[in-house]
Amino acid sequence: MATLQLNDIVKDFGGTQVIKGVDLEVKDREFVVFVGPSGCGKSTLMRMIAGLESTTSGEISIDGERINEVGPADRGLAMVFQSYALYPHMTVEDNMGFSLRLAKVKKAERREKVLAAARILQLEPLLDRKPRALSGGQRQRVAIGRAIVRNPSIFLFDEPLSNLDAALRVQMRIELARLHEELDATMIYVTHDQIEAMTMADKIVVLQDGLVEQIGSPMELYHHPCNRFVAGFIGSPKMNFLDVEVREASGEGINVALPGGDCRVPVDGSGVSAGDTLTLGIRPEHLKLDDAGPLTGKIVVIERLGGVTSLYLEHGDSEWILVADGDVAHRVHDQVRFSFDPTCGHLFKCDGEALSHLHRHPLVDIDRKQNRVSSPSDGQ
Amino acid sequence: MRERTSGRTVGGFRNLFLQGPAVTLLLLWMLVPLGMTLWFSFQRYNLINPMISGFAGWDNYTYLLTDPALWTAMGNTLLLVGWVLAISVIGGTLLAVLFQQEFFGRGIARLLVIAPFFVMPTVGALVWKNMLMHPVNGVFAWLSQLLGLPVIDWFSSMPLASIIIIVSWQWMPFALLILLTAIQSLDDDQVEAARMDGAGPLAIFWFITLPHLKRAISVVIMIEMIFLLTIFAEIFVTTSGGPGLASTNLAYFIYIRALLDFDVGGASAGGVIAIILANIVAIFLIRTVAKNLET
Repeated sequence: MATLQLNDIVKDFGGTQVIKGVDLEVKDREFVVFVGPSGCGKSTLMRMIAGLESTTSGEISIDGERINEVGPADRGLAMVFQSYALYPHMTVEDNMGFSLRLAKVKKAERREKVLAAARILQLEPLLDRKPRALSGGQRQRVAIGRAIVRNPSIFLFDEPLSNLDAALRVQMRIELARLHEELDATMIYVTHDQIEAMTMADKIVVLQDGLVEQIGSPMELYHHPCNRFVAGFIGSPKMNFLDVEVREASGEGINVALPGGDCRVPVDGSGVSAGDTLTLGIRPEHLKLDDAGPLTGKIVVIERLGGVTSLYLEHGDSEWILVADGDVAHRVHDQVRFSFDPTCGHLFKCDGEALSHLHRHPLVDIDRKQNRVSSPSDGQ
Repeated sequence: MRERTSGRTVGGFRNLFLQGPAVTLLLLWMLVPLGMTLWFSFQRYNLINPMISGFAGWDNYTYLLTDPALWTAMGNTLLLVGWVLAISVIGGTLLAVLFQQEFFGRGIARLLVIAPFFVMPTVGALVWKNMLMHPVNGVFAWLSQLLGLPVIDWFSSMPLASIIIIVSWQWMPFALLILLTAIQSLDDDQVEAARMDGAGPLAIFWFITLPHLKRAISVVIMIEMIFLLTIFAEIFVTTSGGPGLASTNLAYFIYIRALLDFDVGGASAGGVIAIILANIVAIFLIRTVAKNLET
């Protein structure tokens, strides 16, 4: 049982504000992911929760109790570092049992707890090894095991997978999701990789320049980004943006001008008037090749991934990315026409704020647990 | 002759030919003085009496080994090396931890604390002798007078301890320099992980910093030992090995034999014994150190 509240958290490093007032609530047993570009303050925020950095102002509380002045060891948290931070001169067993040893737990009891954690992570055959005799994935598991042994109320992960190769990363991602289910603990996870965020999170916190841009479930961020930054950050390849002129706007939708004819996007258009300039955003996977489509472009680069093909298009000074299926026969320099379903379009005001969609996506409120019940084989 | 998978041969005449010049130079550099020492150690050779000459057999050695002065000198050598090693390594480690902390003027403080290493041994020893430990003009004497304590005549009442203090002052900065660079390579994440695990400053020092420094400490011990076995200048300018033989180490003992007693034969025999002593110490020490360096 552990909940975490952040109340107007500010971090000041010698005059530079790195975290500029963050409010957040983490519910019990939730998997929360902090995501954002490098330098956005996500690691600093986690280190403040861990107690490794002091808080300039604001309040951090666990289960309703203020912990700003509590030392890192006494907050009942455990952290897994990006570099694993294993103690190189200790065996795996000593690494995992170090916190218990400092807490003067008897040797037999210590061993029992370490063995229990090792069993969860399949580390039993490695207990006598030193960290340098382990592979990257094994080191990662030892670091997680060290956290489990402490039986923390909240697990903190600071980009734990970024030092692993791609295949291992996928495997560890699934293992972490499994672990979350098995331990049933509150977890906070920092990453710059939006795939990790999308696949593992119950709740994603998108940060930029020390401010929270949006908090929501993965599907909410994907289907209803609240501004242009979140829209561009979540989803890969990036969302396409095009400046468009408004023809007609009302509470039931907005008509915008496109080169090949107008199109109606179902967003709340109150407060927008004809003649305004908005930014239209369409995800590459929502564009489709269509000989009668309203948009045209010349193919500049083709990336064939087998299952899907990414086409990089150019038209005048606008650039488009289009994800088509794997069998596209087009070549570079071909002229293609394409279209999109206007209900998938997003419109942003010139300050970046999104105009809210009239229809909520049906999957927005699904959380990861329900996800697993319906299709247990796939964490993605 | 072996062949590598790349097809290049290893060993053989060509390699010998290429290594030859360097190896020859090194061998001459080492073997000629060693050979001459060995040769002289079996000769009757006195600088003020050319009539004493010829093959001496084991006489020089038996004379030396039955001389209690040799054993005193040997004991002093081991005491000097042992104490200076202990003081400089322990002090150096603690200072390294101290100077790793952030504080105002750290750069200048680091420079100052390392400075004694760059002072010539003779100059350093003279400063200690005339300005610090002098029973009349010295700072220490002035301090103890200020406190109403009896003045210590360092070089006559505790000569070996005085030498140990001076040499430690010279070598502690060296240990500090090596250990400070080593401590800087300690991963911050490890310290933070230990903090999260509930380690206080002492536990971090004992369980994280010290094991991290193990290798660097081994290197410091090895290098210092080589130099400390041959300490001479500090003794020469302060106590001249006295009173009596109280601060005579093996190097100074050989000097007394060769250039005060003019007995080159005996001094050479002392030199050979010093080589043997150094090797005995080295075998034990380098073995443990090498084991440290492996892990």
